[in-house]
Amino acid sequence: MSLNRRDFLKIAGITALGVGAASAFEVLSGKQLEAALKAAPLTAGKRWAMVVDTRKLREEDYHDVITACHTSHNVPDFSGTKDEIKWIWAEPFENAFPDSPNEYVKPEVKDKPFLVFCNQCGDAPCVRVCPTKATFKGEDGITMMDMHRCIGCRYCMAACPYGARSFNFRDPRTYFADKEVPNREFPTRTRGVVEKCNFCTERLAKGLYPACVEACKSNALIFGDLDDPNSEVRRILRANFSIRRKPQLGTDPSIFYIV
Amino acid sequence: MKLYDSGKIITGIVIFVILMTFPFWFNMGRAAPKPDPKLPKNVKNCVLPKDTIKTSHMQILNNWRDEVVRDNKRSFVAFDGKHFDKSLSNTCMKCHSSKKQFCDQCHNYLKVTPYCWDCHIEPKEPKESKETAEAKEPKETK
Ligand code: HEC
Ligand code: HEC
Ligand code: HEC
Repeated sequence: MSLNRRDFLKIAGITALGVGAASAFEVLSGKQLEAALKAAPLTAGKRWAMVVDTRKLREEDYHDVITACHTSHNVPDFSGTKDEIKWIWAEPFENAFPDSPNEYVKPEVKDKPFLVFCNQCGDAPCVRVCPTKATFKGEDGITMMDMHRCIGCRYCMAACPYGARSFNFRDPRTYFADKEVPNREFPTRTRGVVEKCNFCTERLAKGLYPACVEACKSNALIFGDLDDPNSEVRRILRANFSIRRKPQLGTDPSIFYIV
Repeated sequence: MKLYDSGKIITGIVIFVILMTFPFWFNMGRAAPKPDPKLPKNVKNCVLPKDTIKTSHMQILNNWRDEVVRDNKRSFVAFDGKHFDKSLSNTCMKCHSSKKQFCDQCHNYLKVTPYCWDCHIEPKEPKESKETAEAKEPKETK
């Protein structure tokens, strides 16, 4: 039988694949495999990202999403004061996208509040300026904050072009003095540190979607791995035109908006 | 021999001695009570052998927080093979479910006040009537 090099490699490749697959099934059998398949997507992301499908966002989603995030992370409600702390909030179109093309944008877009939060930038200015490396880039692409190292210098707040960071002018515990801390498993912060959205890194570790994604009943928030071409976010980005906030600054945000 | 101004001098010496020894007799009979940390009743082992945890718990907490926050490595295998989440409030304080009867016993004696509790949530203290806090053993992780 004559077998040219190309065919040989094909057969060898398929055989190797078969052997590999078989051993994978041996090691991870039944329940274990199922668990591994379920757990893998949320614990092994290379670059977590989110798509906000603003066409789907309903009136009630804003409240649900913001409450879910802020209770899950014990964010005090000092809204309306200069001491306000926000991880996720609504912003009018012209503030969220100040570089928008023109003033005749269709009213459904122009008058719609946009959900904004930390953009989890690919090249984050806050990370570059932090003198103590309290803000740093995690291996999963999340711009993380190490509260234990934050000295409250607020360079990061000056550097962030999205206003995504809040400074604790007040002790957040004063807000919870006469009420329960909503999530006893997550620490509060103290006076003198900066905070922001952490993409629910503590929930991802447990295989849970971020609190906002889970709370959004209209499924307008889609979370996934930007580095994985087969992920839900990549599929949606392929199928729809999307925009990012202030892309010309070169911060390479991981949050995409479909308008 | 004659001591001039003996009245003034002796009064001075008496006042001086009283002042110098003030801390000793002021605290007399009030020695700080020996710390008496209440160990959890219904679990046997800590995450490290007793001697090690006693002397090095601040180091392990320091490692845990770096590993969790900076390296996203949240699972810890205790010396007896159990798996735990590396967490101050959700692991240590599940077994040691009363901060007052455990951590504070030693720390008050030593006058150390770890600032961790400014952010990390303390467990709810058990009702006065109950002697020791029951350990609610933290969920084992895989
Ligand atoms: C599974 C339950 C459990 C967990 C989790 C746990 N402990 Fe313990 N701990 C114990 C028990 C039981 C003892 C007593 C050990 C013995 O007698 O051998 C103990 C002993 C100690 C001691 C020594 C007390 C003494 O009187 O010598 C310290 C300090 C301590 N633990 C701190 C911690 C810290 C800090 C953590 C978290 C990093 C932690 N423990 C997590 C159960 C636990
Ligand atoms: C057996 C006595 C004992 C118990 C029980 C104990 N500690 Fe400690 N702790 C110490 C000693 C001793 C030090 C060191 C003090 C020093 O360095 O001056 C210390 C220091 C610490 C520090 C570092 C404080 C600092 O400012 O550097 C932390 C954090 C800490 N303990 C946490 C805990 C927690 C949490 C518990 C309860 C789960 C606990 N400890 C229970 C004896 C104890
Ligand atoms: C300024 C607020 C703040 C202070 C003060 C603080 N922490 Fe934390 N700590 C946090 C936050 C926020 C996290 C992240 C929680 C997460 O991602 O689950 C964290 C995480 C941790 C973790 C890992 C996760 C967990 O649930 O425990 C450990 C361990 C820890 N801190 C230990 C300490 C110790 C020990 C001290 C005191 C010496 C301390 N921290 C002081 C805010 C604080």
